Order: sequence, then structure tokens, then C-alpha cells
Amino acid sequence: MKLYEIFLRAKSGLSHKHVGSLHATDSQMALQNARDLYTRREEGESIWVVDSSQIVSSNPSDKDAYFAPAEDKIYRHPSFYEIDKEVKNI
Amino acid sequence: MYSQGLRDSAAGDEPVELLAAFQARIDKEEKIEPRDWMPAAYRKTLIRQISQHAHSEIVGQLPEANWVTRAPTLKRKLILLAKIQDEAGHGLYLYSAAETLGESRKKMYDDLLSGKAKYSSIFNYPTLNWADIGAVGWLVDGAAIMNQVALCRTSYGPYSRSMVRICKEESFHQRQGYEIMVKMAHGTAQQKAMAQDAINRFWWPALMMFGPSDKDSPHSSQSMKWKIKRFSNDDLRQKFIDATVPQAEYLGLTIPDKHLKLDDATGSYTHGEIDWKEFVNVIKGNGPCNQQRMAARIKAHKDGAWVREAAEAYAKKLQNSKDNKKEVA
Repeated sequence: MKLYEIFLRAKSGLSHKHVGSLHATDSQMALQNARDLYTRREEGESIWVVDSSQIVSSNPSDKDAYFAPAEDKIYRHPSFYEIDKEVKNI
Repeated sequence: MYSQGLRDSAAGDEPVELLAAFQARIDKEEKIEPRDWMPAAYRKTLIRQISQHAHSEIVGQLPEANWVTRAPTLKRKLILLAKIQDEAGHGLYLYSAAETLGESRKKMYDDLLSGKAKYSSIFNYPTLNWADIGAVGWLVDGAAIMNQVALCRTSYGPYSRSMVRICKEESFHQRQGYEIMVKMAHGTAQQKAMAQDAINRFWWPALMMFGPSDKDSPHSSQSMKWKIKRFSNDDLRQKFIDATVPQAEYLGLTIPDKHLKLDDATGSYTHGEIDWKEFVNVIKGNGPCNQQRMAARIKAHKDGAWVREAAEAYAKKLQNSKDNKKEVA
């Protein structure tokens, strides 16, 4: 059995979201099992199943190296810029 | 409550700085995710607790399955089937959560089937009359919800997310159970007697689901410190009693505890002594249905072996034909 990660789109207009995982021997079975396991109450209208071994992820110990550089770049946010109140629609 | 059989985990020889940083994250209410560093004992405690919880969901299907073919109406049968399917689902969510800690699904199954792993003591009691299905939903799922709502805030991310999902589904279980009790308790004298009989047998085992009294629960303090548990066994038990007694009064049924009394000062009920000898005995495997439950699980696993083998063979065949096509290309 292989481990699959399951993603559901709750309704059109939203993106698929990770909801959990399950075991299956092939992707078709994973899809059917996902339907039984994760959509018993109309939780989704579209399912993605992904073989867990195919996921490449960042390592928690590299968290700072990856994400800390964004911390001091506050000029990337609109609130960084001071504009006089009398200027409208900006 | 699902960790009734927990023993102490050995303290590791982990660096003090890592342990302190871990505790600081917990204290800040940060969730711990699968690939984060965690103390070995935290991991071990969680694997035990989550897998026992999963086993409880799976074995919990059995007392209810007893009534599928004898449900009084088609509506009740559909409801019961949906509920049993939910329990299987809950077991699967939890096995997945435990796997994120590095425990294999196979090992968890093997430990359940060999009797090494525990599951909640409550499922070793029989469901003798139809009102028992009501009492199981109302009292057993009611007690489970009390515990599981608290666990939605547990510190381990995947466990917490499973609990949120489970709690959403569990509320229907309790309400359908209570509805059965209402029908029975407000029915004929004979039906009312069945409802009373059910509560007589399920009340005390339901209270035992919360696990030993705080003074006899040595693992609790570490689990509370790590925020695996958020409330003590006795606190949750008290909450359950306070919520449930008025519901029994509405049914016109008597709770089988002659010491049960409302304390006007606190607004809480004081209750009689729980028979902990019975609790320990059932945990040890000597409850009324322990052997029957295990035999049913082992038989189901054996009977399903050919399905698993066929699925594996089919997957291999698919893979082979894909590989062949690649070679041709």
C-alpha cells in the first residue's frame, strides 16, 4: 500500500486544500477511498490525490534561511508608504 | 480517555536547549508539525495515545454492528450504518495522524490484533437491547465528545486537525442516540424499562472512559505540560456528569448512583465512587466482550487478506504495463 495525500476543492472558485492522507494500492483506489473517507458530508466537489513520496518539501530546520529574509522587507507592503490624507483613491 | 493504558515513557537524554525551545513553543500555543524537532517521549506518548484512539474507533464499530440487521426501522438502520461508517473514518484519520510520527500502519494493526495495544474499555460491554444503541450514542459518544472537543486544541498539528474533523461529525452521533432514548423513554412501559436498563449498564462504564482519577494518573502532568491533554480526567468527567444528568431527568430516567447529588454552592453534581477494580479488569482483557471483540477484528482482518493481495497484484500489473510501454517508446 502507498500513502496518498488528499486535497479537496470545497466549491468552485476555491483552491484545493489538503485534508489528510490515506492508504491505497494505486491512484484510482486512492481517489475512490478519498471520496468515501473525506466527502461523506458534501465537503468537496473535486478531489486531488497525490502520491506522498512525490512531494518535495522544505525542511523545518531551514525555516530561517528560507523565510527570514522576507521579515525585513517591509517596503513590500502598501502600509510602508506614507501618503497625505488629502490624496484619495490610492 | 483513549490513553487508558499508558505507561511512563522513558525520559530521553536530549539536549536541554532543544527541550527548552520545544517547551517554549508549546507555551506560546504553537502547534508542533510532523517534521519539527520533538522530544522522543512526546513522540512516543502521542503515538500511543493516537493509535489507541484509532483502535477505539475501529473496535467501537462492533457493539453497534450488532444491531444493523435488527434496527427497528429502515430509517434507524440507515442512521446506524452512517454512524458506523463515520467510526471507520475516524479510525482512519487517526491512523494517518499517528503515521506522521513515524509509526507504520502495519505495526499499529499488528499491535491491536495481537492484544498488545489497548483500546477504550467501553467497547468491551455488550449491546443487549435496542435502547443500548441510544445509550451508546448519548453516553458513550457524549463522553467521547467531551474529551475530543478538548483535544481539538492539542499541541500536535495532525492530531488536532483530525480531532476538529471528528468533532464535526460526532455531534450527530450523540444527538441520534439521545433521540432514540427519547423515543424509548416516552414509549410503552416496556420500552421505558429497556431505556432504564440501558442507562443502568452504561452509566458507570461511560464515566470510566475518562480514565483513572487524577490522583492515580501519573502520566497526566507531563501530557498537560506538553499540552497533549488540555484538561484533567476528573475535570472532564465532572463536565460530562453536569451536562448529562439534566438530560437523564428530561427522559424521566434514573441514573444508577444513589450518591448523585447537586451541590447548590458549585452547581456541580457530586457522585458515588467509581468501581476502579472493574475498570482495571476490563482494561486487562477480562471485560464481558474483550475476547469476542478481538476475535471479530482478527476474523475481519483475515477474511480481508485476499482483497489486499488482489489490490497489490493489480497495482503491480498496472505498473508493469506502464513500464513496458515506456520501454517500447
